[in-house]
Amino acid sequence: MDTLNLLPAAPEIFALIMVCAILIVDLFLDDSRRHVSFMLTLITLLVTAVLAAAGAGGVHHAFNGMFVADPMAQSLKVFICISVGAMLVYSREYARSRGLFRGEFFVLALFATLGMMVMVSASHFLTLYLGLELMSLSLYSMVALSRDSAAATEAAMKYFVLGALASGMLLYGLSMVYGATGSLQIAEVAAKIASHHANQTLLVFGLVFVVAGLGFKLGAVPFHMWLPDVYHGAPTAVTLLIGSAPELATFAFVLRILAVALGGQGLLVEWQQMLILLAVLSMAVGNVTAIAQTNIKRMLAYSTISHMGFMLLGILSGSVNGYGAAMFYIVTYVLTVAGAFAVIMLLSREGFEAEQLDDFKGLNQRNPWYAFMMLLIMFSLAGIPPAVGFYAKLTVFQAVIDKGMIWLAVVAVLFSLVGAFYYLRVVKLMYFDAPQDSAPLHSTVDVRALISANGLAILVLGLLPGGLMELCQRAIQASL
Amino acid sequence: MPSGLPLLTLVIWIPIVAGVVVLATGSDRSARLARRLALLGSVVGFLVTLPLWAQFDPAAHGMQFQELHPWISRFHVNYHLGIDGVSLLLILLNSFTTVLIVIAGWHVIEARVSQYMAAFLILSGVMNGVFAALDGLLFYVFFEATLIPMFIIIGVWGGPNRVYAAVKFFLYTLLGSLLTLIALIYLYNAADGSFAILDWHKLKLGLSAQVLVFLAFLMAFAVKVPMWPVHTWLPDAHVEAPTGGSVVLAAIMLKLGGYGFIRLSLPIAPDASHSLSGFIIALSLIAVVYIGLVALVQTDMKKLIAYSSISHMGFVTMGLFLFNAIGFEGAVLQMISHGFVSAALFLCVGVLYDRLHSRQIADYGGVVNTMPVFAAFFMLFAMANSGLPGTSGFVGEFQVILGAMKVSFWYAALAATTLMLGAAYTLWMYRRVVFGAIANGKVASLKDVNAREIVFLSALAVAVLAMGLWPYPMGEVLHTSVSDILSHVAQSKL
Repeated sequence: MDTLNLLPAAPEIFALIMVCAILIVDLFLDDSRRHVSFMLTLITLLVTAVLAAAGAGGVHHAFNGMFVADPMAQSLKVFICISVGAMLVYSREYARSRGLFRGEFFVLALFATLGMMVMVSASHFLTLYLGLELMSLSLYSMVALSRDSAAATEAAMKYFVLGALASGMLLYGLSMVYGATGSLQIAEVAAKIASHHANQTLLVFGLVFVVAGLGFKLGAVPFHMWLPDVYHGAPTAVTLLIGSAPELATFAFVLRILAVALGGQGLLVEWQQMLILLAVLSMAVGNVTAIAQTNIKRMLAYSTISHMGFMLLGILSGSVNGYGAAMFYIVTYVLTVAGAFAVIMLLSREGFEAEQLDDFKGLNQRNPWYAFMMLLIMFSLAGIPPAVGFYAKLTVFQAVIDKGMIWLAVVAVLFSLVGAFYYLRVVKLMYFDAPQDSAPLHSTVDVRALISANGLAILVLGLLPGGLMELCQRAIQASL
Repeated sequence: MPSGLPLLTLVIWIPIVAGVVVLATGSDRSARLARRLALLGSVVGFLVTLPLWAQFDPAAHGMQFQELHPWISRFHVNYHLGIDGVSLLLILLNSFTTVLIVIAGWHVIEARVSQYMAAFLILSGVMNGVFAALDGLLFYVFFEATLIPMFIIIGVWGGPNRVYAAVKFFLYTLLGSLLTLIALIYLYNAADGSFAILDWHKLKLGLSAQVLVFLAFLMAFAVKVPMWPVHTWLPDAHVEAPTGGSVVLAAIMLKLGGYGFIRLSLPIAPDASHSLSGFIIALSLIAVVYIGLVALVQTDMKKLIAYSSISHMGFVTMGLFLFNAIGFEGAVLQMISHGFVSAALFLCVGVLYDRLHSRQIADYGGVVNTMPVFAAFFMLFAMANSGLPGTSGFVGEFQVILGAMKVSFWYAALAATTLMLGAAYTLWMYRRVVFGAIANGKVASLKDVNAREIVFLSALAVAVLAMGLWPYPMGEVLHTSVSDILSHVAQSKL
């Protein structure tokens, strides 16, 4: 590692250069030509995704082992770029009608993307933390972008304070890990723990703080309080962003800290038990509380909490099989939830936010195609075949049962039954009820095409899930 | 025998593709087109099942028309199809019923026609998939996917309390099948990473594991059949569903449960099946007798037929767990016969409902005076439901009672009460609705069945009589399959 090899970080470097360029270019554009920065942003994401995908296979380190490009990072980066790009396309009209269609919006989104990419590629606790903060700070400000909205400001405040608290806990935990192992480099930490020379008590103590910090970032119960308020208060476009791509980055983050750095024999059992608790609580609280919601954004927030619980099932199984399952879960979840928020934005128009569940009444009569897309999304979230969400649940259940924890799978199954109820309610509103609102639904061709592609991807991946499953499994196998 | 064409794939996917095409016709402005396409799709879907029947070799052992393609390589899941005699009959029944449903909904459904027709076509293809799947995961995917169209059918075109009924139907059946999913994954791990049902048949399992797997399957299949005491969703679903929905529900969907016992529970957990057979038979007899009594006091025609369905399905579960050939075959024949008879009765109620918009027995009386042709059809189906010799209803019930007699006199005696109870509730309803003086002005203004209604009623009448008078072809198809299953179940896995 004595030579400076920048190639593994090419996507990040390109993205950074482009963000700076867009920042400058945008200064010289007036509002009527704002779409130039919009297009530049999309192109940046596209090229970044291509660069990430084109990177050489295998594991490559850079910056003295602080940064790693491995198959897991590569595929997650591609998914991150796609989902951020999709979010921008979905939210163009929405942002324009709410005065969010500004340079800051694009630049912050790109900075958040860059942060996420650094997170998934970090092989050092410092890089990990840098990525996390870059992402989080960008997202905090994006929530606050609509300055006149009290709800958004409150949400941003909550998000910031609790996020900072979580970061603090995480750093405190990591500092203890550093104290025990004398290193911040993930591979070295793992090696030190494996050699049994590290102080076990100190490590476990640090681990508790690390898991608490990660729990905050994931939104797992009991660290979930911020999530519904932020989802609710943020402009829907930003909610879409927060609810999609960062989950992918957080997944890699959790995996690198827990499975790779702290995955040694003695510690695995420790965090496994903590995660079991987090997972069961998340599935219980998330699913049960979601039933009581009348606001669809809050409902989806609680649904996110419960899905994080399901995803944790894969991670807590502590096997490569389970990590692959968790990755498949999170990728398909992001695909699904992006579609859900897109439909919400589609129903909104200038001066009207379609945030209430009742706004979905009779959607089948207003526009059968969008209703069908939302139907697929809801059945996917509920885990009913042939939507892809079923296979996501299947893979994590399989990982858990493989480890002999059948009881945990039974608990998960019962809570997914509870969850099915409120997803069904959305279908009921769309199909069984008469519409309250007869305003025509306007959308541009690109949004229509993308939303159709998104919905059909849920169905097609449900009919042929093999490829994506294999991809996730291979990526994990090659990277751990 | 191999004809080159992947017949089972066609049987599954032709209705589904037809459904998607019908769906694409869009709004009600093109309702005529949607109806015609749906009829075309269902008829073609039925026609492709005929070569199955013609080329099926009744003497051959094992699964026929097998197709095997890798599907999800990570879990070694295969797109594996194949049928034996039991599946063959159920596929034929399903495809036949779909044609009738399309005809029955022709002018009755005026709102969102394309979606209505598409839901039934897709449902039909998916259920064929359940009957043809030889891979555990494929089976489960098809089994679960039936919920979505049925949920929509009940909820969109159903009666006033449709939302409650649809959600209850969905959650009730989902609860059962989710535990089955756990059992499937358990079997996958136990079989060293195989989802093949035929591998599971050979898999050695300890008794406690077998009992757990059996109970997990029981949750799903008992809800679907439905067995007492998890039957309560069925009367609600039937009452609220549109006529076509009730027909599919009773004629085909309930059979998914019975079929699940045959394909999964019995061969995978034979020892558990033997040791729990007393329990299952007890539940079945409760269904036969108690639910028969419940049917007697119903005032709503659809509810009455729904309870009668539960009572008749009690024969199916009982026949399967007698472990003798005549009882088992009787159970399968009872499934087919019940498919015809319950479909016919629901269609008859539908005919009345379309005219008077009431399902209450009390609102009718003297229908025979205004609708003589209808009364004749209704009479035939009522007789078949009571198990009159010469109709299809007699064949299966009689065989199950014979099979029960071989095991225990009291089983047979209790089961035979259905011949009285069934006759009592069916014929009593028939008398109150059809005979007597004309009850009110509305009945006096009734018009007899039209040509379209005669088409589907006479198709079912022919089926009921043919099966009742000459059940031999069906029995012939079943003999080898049934004896294979029974000899497999007789071998202990311990």
